[in-house]
Formats: sequence, structure tokens, C-alpha cells
Amino acid sequence: MLIASLSLPEQVVLTLAALILLSSFLLLAQVRLDSLINTFALQGLLIFFATVLMAFIAGKYHLLISAALTLFLKVFFIPGQLRLLIIRLNIRREVEVIGNPSLIMLFAAALVLFSYYVALPIRELSLLSTRNTIAISLAVVLIGMLIVISRRKAVAQVVGFMSMENGLFFAAVVSTYGMPMVVELGIAFDVLVAVILFGVFFFHIRAEIGSLDTDRLNHLTEVEK
Amino acid sequence: MTGFLWAIAQTFCVVLAAPLMAGWVKWLKCRLQNRKGPPPWQPYRDLLRLSRKHVVLADTASPIFRMAPYIVFSVTILAVSTVPVITVQLPVAALADVIALVGFLALGRFFLSLAGMDVGTAFGGMGSSREVTIASLAEPALLMAFFTLAMNVSSTNLSTVICQLAQRDITLYPSLIFSSMGLILVAIAETGRIPIDNPATHLELTMIHEAIILEYSGRHLALMEWAAMLKLTLFSLLIVNVIVPWGVALTLVPGDLALAALIVTGKLLVWGMILAVSETIQAKMRLFRAPQYLGLAFILSLLGMMSHIILEV
Repeated sequence: MLIASLSLPEQVVLTLAALILLSSFLLLAQVRLDSLINTFALQGLLIFFATVLMAFIAGKYHLLISAALTLFLKVFFIPGQLRLLIIRLNIRREVEVIGNPSLIMLFAAALVLFSYYVALPIRELSLLSTRNTIAISLAVVLIGMLIVISRRKAVAQVVGFMSMENGLFFAAVVSTYGMPMVVELGIAFDVLVAVILFGVFFFHIRAEIGSLDTDRLNHLTEVEK
Repeated sequence: MTGFLWAIAQTFCVVLAAPLMAGWVKWLKCRLQNRKGPPPWQPYRDLLRLSRKHVVLADTASPIFRMAPYIVFSVTILAVSTVPVITVQLPVAALADVIALVGFLALGRFFLSLAGMDVGTAFGGMGSSREVTIASLAEPALLMAFFTLAMNVSSTNLSTVICQLAQRDITLYPSLIFSSMGLILVAIAETGRIPIDNPATHLELTMIHEAIILEYSGRHLALMEWAAMLKLTLFSLLIVNVIVPWGVALTLVPGDLALAALIVTGKLLVWGMILAVSETIQAKMRLFRAPQYLGLAFILSLLGMMSHIILEV
């Protein structure tokens, strides 16, 4: 569908989708934990705006509840909790990346192309004007996964995981005007619990191995050989 | 035939106005930093003074060293002549497209780096190596931004691009937003502005462009500096006319042309202000962070192209 034939709010949703993809790339490029968390909050904010716009475009006002949940959880609560955690664990800066950063960026670009081709047949099934963004939300999920596997520190991995959840939520909003309310509330609650559990886990991991570097969980002995 | 006359007149005006653009940015920057600053027409005096002075050549200088200023200057003028300034109805537009424009810039840079290495001083070689490193990263990003534009209007010709963009209904194109951001980042790197290079300093360890032209003097230096100012004006024109294409005359009616000339001058002055403010609030980056900066430019241009394919068609 040509973008010029869409209405202005729909064009804004598409632009927001592109910005969400950019924020995923920025998450991948961040080298400091606090800016990583800020970028994550920015991604949540973009998804909030997109959801509110979708609610008004489609006239499905139950989406506003999901939007409010997103605003509360992804923009304020989870980033706030993570910030609190990195202050209490005293790790402000360090994000160790496995592999060459430029190669990872190129790999992420390849993932976007891959999700475009995967989403092509799905796009034909949807009748929504924003169906083109399905590929983008899939790419956000895959890039979230890439963040999880390319980072050593547990906090960065949690941010990647949450960004995957962002992608799934965005996919639901743009392809079917959101999931049923029960499912959405359930997911929101799950995410909430996950963050609290992750917080507890961080302390346990650090108490056990003296660091948040998850690579060291692979070692069989406690003594370095 | 009148078209060619207009094209020549337009290029001539841009070449003459280029020092004013550089002086304007410099003057604004000084005012923003609470300094009095040289008047905006100071670059004209500098060029005049340099052109009156004798040329001092190093013993080891080869003919390339003497040829380079003329080649760099004329190639930059050729590049300028392909950019629509006040009108899109120019016959030269059919001769060169954006890829040729990037080629002209690359040719100029090639001779600039050769000239830097020619005399054999340490600074010249260092500057050339840095210039080429940055160029090799900036060029793919620049081309990618241009390709996104080209895919949007199905033409690599700058006149067609600007003409089509100006005539369209107002539509929010994600791809154009991203490629414009990429284009701006590349333009700042290519013209040697902060945060990549500082045009105002001769500090040995950080300079790039200044290191290359360190051995030049007299009229050679004047031409090299004029070419650098032209390059700044060229990229400014590209940015203002591609991102804000409204106001460029679509016909050759004198009234429209005069209005377009006024509008493009206003746009350039505003862009100069933006440039001066961004240079005042930023510090120069370490050289080894330049690849990250240009990587961001490349990713932005790439995202522009992908969002064109995914979202817009």
C-alpha cells in the first residue's frame, strides 16, 4: 500500500514504527548501562504513542488501557527498577559486547531483511492499513534476541529480553489491534513479576560468582584454571 | 541555450558566495561564544591577501603538488554545477546525477590526499591517511542516503529528485527522515566540521584537513581554502534543497528565479545558524570514535532504505 494514500495519523504510526526499529539499533549500539536503560525507556515511549494513535485510528478504545499499561510499565516502572538495580549493584557503565560491534550491527540489518521476507505472506492476510509494520515488529523481536546473545552482563540481557516483549506487543497492536484484554493484562503482570524476579536473580548471581558476567556460569569449577 | 547561460551564472554565483557562507558560520560561532569575531566577509580579504603572496614550494615537491590546488578547485566547481540551486530547469542536470557528484568529490579528495603525501612531511601523510579513512566510511553512507532518495522518486538525477519532492503533497516519509539524518551526519564529516574535524585549529594531533594543506602557501593555499569553502556550500545546498525542496523555481521565469534566489539564501543562512549552534554545543570527538559516528550515519541511511522497502511500497 502506498504511503501517500494513507491518512496522516497512519503515516505517523508508520514513522513511529521506523523510529522503534531505530531505537532497537540504538539499544544494540549502546556501550553504557544507564544509556541502555534510557534508550529502552525511549522505545517504550514510542510504542506508547503508536498504541494511542492506533486506538484513535481504529476507534478501539480498549487499546488505550494497553497504552496506559505500556506507559506505566515500560517507560517508568521497569527502567526505574533497572536504574535502582544498577545503582545498588554499583555497575553504571560496563556493557561488554561479544564480537565486533560493526559486524553485529550489519547482522541486525540482515535480520531486518530476513523478517521482511518472512512477513511478506503474513502481510497479505491482514487488512489493516498498518500491516506493513509487521515486519518491523518481527525485526524488533529478533534484534532483542541478538542483544541477549551478544551481551555478557545480565542487566543488558534483561533489557534485550524486555525489548523482545516490546516487539511482540507492537506486533499485536499493529496487526490485530491488540490482544484480548485478559491476555494483555496477564502479559503485563508477567513482565512485572519477571523484572522483580530478575532483580532477585542479579543479587544471587553476584553473590554466587562475584560478578554479573553470565559467561562465568558456564565454568564447572570456581577456581580459574 | 539560455539554460546553459543560467547554469553558468548560477555556478558562478555559488562560487562567489561560498566564502560568505563560511564567514557567516564563523561569525555566528564567535558571537555564540561571546567573542567579537571577524566580519562575515573576512574570508574574501584572506583569499585576496593569499593570492597576492608568493608561492613557496618545498624542494621535494613534484608537479602533482602544484597541480593539485587547480584540480581540487575545478573539480569542486564541477560538483557544484550539478546541484540545482535556484531552479531545476537546467540542461546541466541531464549531464550528471548524484553518483557522478559523489565521483567528483572522490576525485577531488584523491588529489587532495596525494598532495598531502607529496612533499613527504609527517603531518601531510598523517592528514591524508585520516582523510581517506574518514572518506572510506563516509562515502558508503552518503551513497546509501542518495540511493534512498533515488528509490523514492525513481531517479538518480538531482533535478528530478528536487522537482518531484517539491510537487508532492505533504506526506510523512520515514525513509526521507532517516536518509536526511544520515545525509546531515555525512555532510558534517565530509566538510571537516566539529565533531569530526575542527576547521578553526592548527593543533597538530587533531587536525585533518589543515594537516594536508600545511605545506601550501600563496595562491595555492587560497585555492585550497576556497575549495574547502565551496565544499561546505555544496553540502549545505544539498541539505537545504533536498530536505526542504519548497521554494526552488520549477520554471525559468525571471520573477520566480528571483524569489527562489531569495528563499535559497534564507535557507542557507538558517542552516548556517543550525551548524554554528551545533558546533558550539559539541566538542570534537576523538579520532577513533569517528568510525562509530559514521557507522551511525550508515545505519540511518540503511534504515531509510529498508523503511522505504518495508513501509512505503
